[in-house]
Amino acid sequence: MTHWLIAPILIPLLGGILQVFMGYAPIGLRRTLAITTTVLMLASSIILLVLASDDSYRIYAFGNWQPPFGIVLVLDRLAALMLVLTAVLGLFCHIYASGGADEGNRQFHTLFLFQLMGLNIAFLTGDLFNLFVAFEVLLIASYGLLMHGGGTARTVPGLHYVVLNLVGSALFLIGVGMIYSATGTLNMADLAVKIPQVSGSNVNLVKAGGMMLLVVFGLKAAILPLCFWLPKAYAKATAPVAALFAVMTKVGIYAIVRVFPLIFGEGAGELANLGMDWLFPLALITLSMGVIGALGANNLKTLVAWQVIISVGTLLAPIALGSEAGLSAALFYLISTTWTVAALFLVSELVASQRGLAADNIIPAPRMHHRTFLSVLFLIGAVAAGGLPPLSGFFGKLLILQSVEPGVEMAWLWSVLMEISFFTLIAYSRAGSIVFWRNVDGPVEPPAPLGNRVSISTGILTCMTMVIVVLAGPLSDYTRATAEQLHNNSGYINILQTPVHVPQNPIVGEKN
Amino acid sequence: MELLFALVIGALTASGVYLLLRARTFPVVMGLTLLSYGVNLFLFATGRLATGQQPVIGTAANYTDPLPQALVLTAIVIGFAMTAFLVVLALRNLADNENDHVDGQQENTSPASKQEQEVTSK
Amino acid sequence: MSLPLVVLLPFLGAIAAPLFAQGGRTAIAIASSVPALIALAALFPHWPVLAAGGTVLHSYEWLPVLGLSFSFRLDGLALLFALLILIIGLLIILYAHYYLKAKENVAKFYSLLLCFKGSMLGIVLSGNLLLMLIFWELTSLTSFLLISFWTHKQDARRGARMALAVTGGGGLALLAGILLIGNIAGSFELDDVLAAGDQIKAHALYPVALTLVLLGAFTKSAQFPFHFWLPHAMQAPTPISAYLHSATMVKAGIFLMARLYPALAGTEQWFYMVSFTGMATLLLGAYIAMFKHDLKGLLAYSTVSHLGLITLLLGMGTQLAAVAALFHVINHATFKASLFMAAGIIDHETGTRDMRRINGLWRYMPHTATLAMVAASSMAGVPLLNGFLSKEMFFAESLQLNLPGLWAWLPPIVATLAGIFAVAYSARFIHDVFFNGKPVDLPKYPPHEPPRYMKIPVEILVFACIMVGVFPAVSVGPLLYAAASATLGGNVPDYQLAVIHGFNLPLLMSFMAFFGGLLMYSQRKRFFAFHARFREIDEKAVFEALVSKIVSLANRFTGWVENGSLQRYAMLLVLSVIAVTALPLADNGIYVGENGLSPADWPTAIAAGVLIIAALATVVWHRERFFALILLSVVGLIVALAFARFSAPDLAMTQLSVEVVTIVLLMLALYYMPSWTPMESSGTQRIRDILIALAAGTGMTLITLTMLTQPFSTISAFFLENSKPGGGGTNVVNVILVDFRGFDTLGEITVLAIAALGIYSMLKNTALTPPPGDGLGHAWTRDQYPLMLRQIARPMLPLALLVSAYIFLRGHNLPGGGFIAGLITSVALILQYIASGMIWTQDRIPFRYHNVIGLGLLFATVAGAGSLAFGYPFLTTAFGYITWPVVGKFEVASALVFDLGVYLAVIGATLLALVSIGRLSPHSAIKSQKEGV
Repeated sequence: MTHWLIAPILIPLLGGILQVFMGYAPIGLRRTLAITTTVLMLASSIILLVLASDDSYRIYAFGNWQPPFGIVLVLDRLAALMLVLTAVLGLFCHIYASGGADEGNRQFHTLFLFQLMGLNIAFLTGDLFNLFVAFEVLLIASYGLLMHGGGTARTVPGLHYVVLNLVGSALFLIGVGMIYSATGTLNMADLAVKIPQVSGSNVNLVKAGGMMLLVVFGLKAAILPLCFWLPKAYAKATAPVAALFAVMTKVGIYAIVRVFPLIFGEGAGELANLGMDWLFPLALITLSMGVIGALGANNLKTLVAWQVIISVGTLLAPIALGSEAGLSAALFYLISTTWTVAALFLVSELVASQRGLAADNIIPAPRMHHRTFLSVLFLIGAVAAGGLPPLSGFFGKLLILQSVEPGVEMAWLWSVLMEISFFTLIAYSRAGSIVFWRNVDGPVEPPAPLGNRVSISTGILTCMTMVIVVLAGPLSDYTRATAEQLHNNSGYINILQTPVHVPQNPIVGEKN
Repeated sequence: MELLFALVIGALTASGVYLLLRARTFPVVMGLTLLSYGVNLFLFATGRLATGQQPVIGTAANYTDPLPQALVLTAIVIGFAMTAFLVVLALRNLADNENDHVDGQQENTSPASKQEQEVTSK
Repeated sequence: MSLPLVVLLPFLGAIAAPLFAQGGRTAIAIASSVPALIALAALFPHWPVLAAGGTVLHSYEWLPVLGLSFSFRLDGLALLFALLILIIGLLIILYAHYYLKAKENVAKFYSLLLCFKGSMLGIVLSGNLLLMLIFWELTSLTSFLLISFWTHKQDARRGARMALAVTGGGGLALLAGILLIGNIAGSFELDDVLAAGDQIKAHALYPVALTLVLLGAFTKSAQFPFHFWLPHAMQAPTPISAYLHSATMVKAGIFLMARLYPALAGTEQWFYMVSFTGMATLLLGAYIAMFKHDLKGLLAYSTVSHLGLITLLLGMGTQLAAVAALFHVINHATFKASLFMAAGIIDHETGTRDMRRINGLWRYMPHTATLAMVAASSMAGVPLLNGFLSKEMFFAESLQLNLPGLWAWLPPIVATLAGIFAVAYSARFIHDVFFNGKPVDLPKYPPHEPPRYMKIPVEILVFACIMVGVFPAVSVGPLLYAAASATLGGNVPDYQLAVIHGFNLPLLMSFMAFFGGLLMYSQRKRFFAFHARFREIDEKAVFEALVSKIVSLANRFTGWVENGSLQRYAMLLVLSVIAVTALPLADNGIYVGENGLSPADWPTAIAAGVLIIAALATVVWHRERFFALILLSVVGLIVALAFARFSAPDLAMTQLSVEVVTIVLLMLALYYMPSWTPMESSGTQRIRDILIALAAGTGMTLITLTMLTQPFSTISAFFLENSKPGGGGTNVVNVILVDFRGFDTLGEITVLAIAALGIYSMLKNTALTPPPGDGLGHAWTRDQYPLMLRQIARPMLPLALLVSAYIFLRGHNLPGGGFIAGLITSVALILQYIASGMIWTQDRIPFRYHNVIGLGLLFATVAGAGSLAFGYPFLTTAFGYITWPVVGKFEVASALVFDLGVYLAVIGATLLALVSIGRLSPHSAIKSQKEGV
């Protein structure tokens, strides 16, 4: 049992605690320590990625208790992928934030690091209730981050976000409770064993409980009709926070991908593929709603916020169809879209900063500063997000299109995706040409400098889409292997057999 | 006993949901509190109801399921933290909008938008 | 390796171009022409293979999952187009060097141009359909950026967006088509697809695939009804129009049809779709071109018409027609590019393109005029020029179509008519511009010949027109043959390229066209008058109107669904839960499991009754907030009792202490808030909400009932067995919290800490003035801190601390523990704040709550990490026993340190939160300033 598994959780935890004490330390020091923490976290995540690439499952039993009794962390390809995805995103957002967005709140870095910790727990944990705790950690941190920064604009969206998620937490507890009452266990692997044996009216309980969980995850992932809290909240949040939140909806999707194929997979008898028949149509509707919102957006950040919803729909459609190829395609697209959308949030913020009073509103304005640099970044982001060649979004979309078996679903998915791409094209070309090209005379008021940290972090994050294209081969291999792992849950179930037990009292006992 | 317990949870949920759907922050907070009472009782009940079987070794003949109790304890604490945050957010909302409407001031000061909201919510 | 090089070099050049920009215009121009020269050199060695009808294939694996590979394939057809792209590209660079003004952003121009060139070469050289599609969309993108090169011009921006919408949209259709074809053929490699022709045509999805592919081709090649984007693309700088929008990019659709000819052509659907689209485009373009006053407009529509001609030829499906099509591709590229350049020169020299103003230029620029006239004659199909030859072949083919009955007459008639128009607008181009009186108030006067070298590209192209026109067999014969054999899959019909095939029907048609055209031009006044009756529609405006309509609709719809009403969002959430759980619960119905119901005793029943009533009362009186709050606390207390009643002492204690703090919190909040909730929701809304609430309540009741009466097996036996031996504690719940599931607890206190920190930072620099009274008319009591309370509170503090210490220490074995102890301490401290006020208390509390929180988390983490040192996983506990006075035999567990962390975190968090709220009131703020705190 390797101790590396705990690193992505302990590192941000300790870093966060350090920040708590350092509330009054000079900001430069706080930034350095905070970003060092994120870098270390990224390093540990990469190590886990390397470990996970051998297709084996590694577990970490807290308190040295044999699962299903204690809480375990489980490292597989999916977990490792999500960890690295998040760590990379987190690092660039963090660097961006240290360009000035972190001022005005001594606890910003604490919240940021705890946010990352919550995400990492969610990706690693193998225990359903612990997943709830992880959600709460990352949620409460996200509440704090969402409210970060002055102004009254984000109070109301924040309030909505908090209230809805509190209801979500309540539902999560009810769902977990119902499943526990029928199975008597919380460990996901153990659940995968026990769920198929559920009988009688317990089946109904588990069904209802599972559906509640699906609603909760759907709320996090922002599926229609549970997505309306998102656009305003994200559009109003400070750029690095909004960018980091690009992964928050993906947590919901992660939870669906993690929990449902595992405990409600093919082998779950009466409960097999629970809820997936709801998911597919909803995904398509979400897609359409997303593009309508994007078309109607009045400013870049709102446009990008709706892009988040578009990508959620794009991701869930193939997941709902449940084929291995679909899952793999979705995971590939997930990497691409998370980074792209985050980058677009940052770009929008930079654009806003260079357009004075016009900010990022899609209206003519005096010629912005640094137009070439920012317009190129926006172009890259838009092409990647719109799924046009030659950037990563296109390959993700292509994989998704190809993953569908011929039939009604194929007709639906293809036609919807094509229309969406077309209108996304319209939306972005319109927004871009107005914001960057339609200039009125006059100086930009007030002019603002373009810091190095912000422009470099934004630039690199934007260009990640090209990195994905270059690594498309190995990446798609990785996601395919991941999908395979997710598809036959026997490997995951076997963690119950992995012995972790060593004598109780480490002081008197010997290690064996 | 079980029926009674079920009814209690039902009542808590129902009143919680109703208050949740109100237009001002304070009732919403109360609603969520009621809801969390209900949820905690429910989660607790997943271990079934037992009398005089507190899970303290050596204090009873046989013990009720301790796990749900631990879970509920965690849930209570987290719920408390969340409620506190929400209350403060409500205060912040009050400070920013001179008004404790859940949608801030703008939505409901003008009768027109009020009407529109009524219409759309039907 | 050479083929990928040919494609990739321009892209490298595009990246390098800006660097050369510092070296001045000449440097960058030269640098940009290097890739093309290398490419030509790289292609040359392959000629022998291709001449023999062979192909060259360079393939590298890329994404096998997608069937996407880096495979580049060169055959006659590819070569023909590659040469067009490269050679005309070179001429364009030379031309643009003189065309662009000094202040123009040449770096952007050249790198975009090179990007385009690379993408275009990619299209023609791709050996894999998906790879080709990538380049296909890239040309749409680069064309978008090039059309809008002058971003300050609104027309340019609009034209560009329209072009992108049409061609990009077509690209999506093409993508779908290609995917279908690939699925049918089982591969995206061009060789496999071309080989699988019959299989594809036989497949049920063939019509769909064909339609989608043709959509892609037609949009790109501006075929009716998608032709409208091309004329508006003329907002681009003229070199771009000449290159992209007449010579190369618009030919991409043609190329695609030729490329997939063996795979898709030769069926009914192909014939009708392609040939009729071509016919319509041919006629329409020729007709409109006639009436354009803008020089480039005329050329644009004539381009449309010629593209239609080529499409029609490809549609006919006969092999000779295909040859003619390819031949015309060459010819059109040469004469149209030169005409655009000439137009550009005229625009450059006169400052306008309006043919009603530029007349009689012959006197000012005879050299340019001669070149333009030759090219225009070629466009008109005058003998001894290349245009004539392919047009002859076209006429000949139009007669070969065996359509049923009178339909057979349609193609020849359309062809001749189009010919007439072509002659007419060519005549207009020549006569209006160079003769026809004097120029009318030109912006630049007098016009004169352009710089010497600006004419060279035109001269070269015109020379080509003549060469091909006079010695077709020698000049293009071999190339055309190679291309034809590649298109037709080897079996080329025998044809001879001769200036005159003797006197025959096609020749007659040419004469009719020629004289008819001249006649029409001589009568142009009438035609203009006739045409003037129809209102000209500006597609750009239509497109813009459409887009803004869509945008405003989308905006309205979004505003309607996403209306920012929490009430609606919450309702949607609750409703979705009800919706998804309804079915299983309905299946279940009112179900009582085999354990059955146990009898209820009176006290419990009464308590339950009170609880239910209190809960409902809270709802009923929720608008009177103080009262509702009191009712709420009653509910909370009974919940605590319920926990105690059903053997959960820890929960009871926790619930109790949390209840106290929560109520204090809400009281504090209510101090600032209005104590009265206005009546806002309408009756219907309230009824709706009641129904929803009832549904939810019923659901939960049914669930609970079913659950409680089900038999049950759980993993908890393990905890009961191992609590003492393994966890060293008899209070199993506590052991679970600090040991079995200690990680949950760590997360839980983290949540608490984050909440407190979030609250703190949220309330900094927020100020609230409490309302003067409690809403019921009573003013707040002025008496700051009641003496009685103070007298009780202060001595209570040490007592409370002692109690919490006791509760804390016994926690591991008896109900209690860090959390409860922490809350008790917090309550005691809060009491001091309430009794003696912010300042008095703050003065006597020597530490920052942040640090307490931090310390708590640190203790918990360190306690957990300690075991790592012994090679045991995080949170592994160790314990031993010692005997203490007072407490008695007592066991120290590492878990105790963990619990201490919990204790501290709870105190820190609770107090930080409450104190931040207490600070809110400006009243206390002022006070603290006065007292210098």
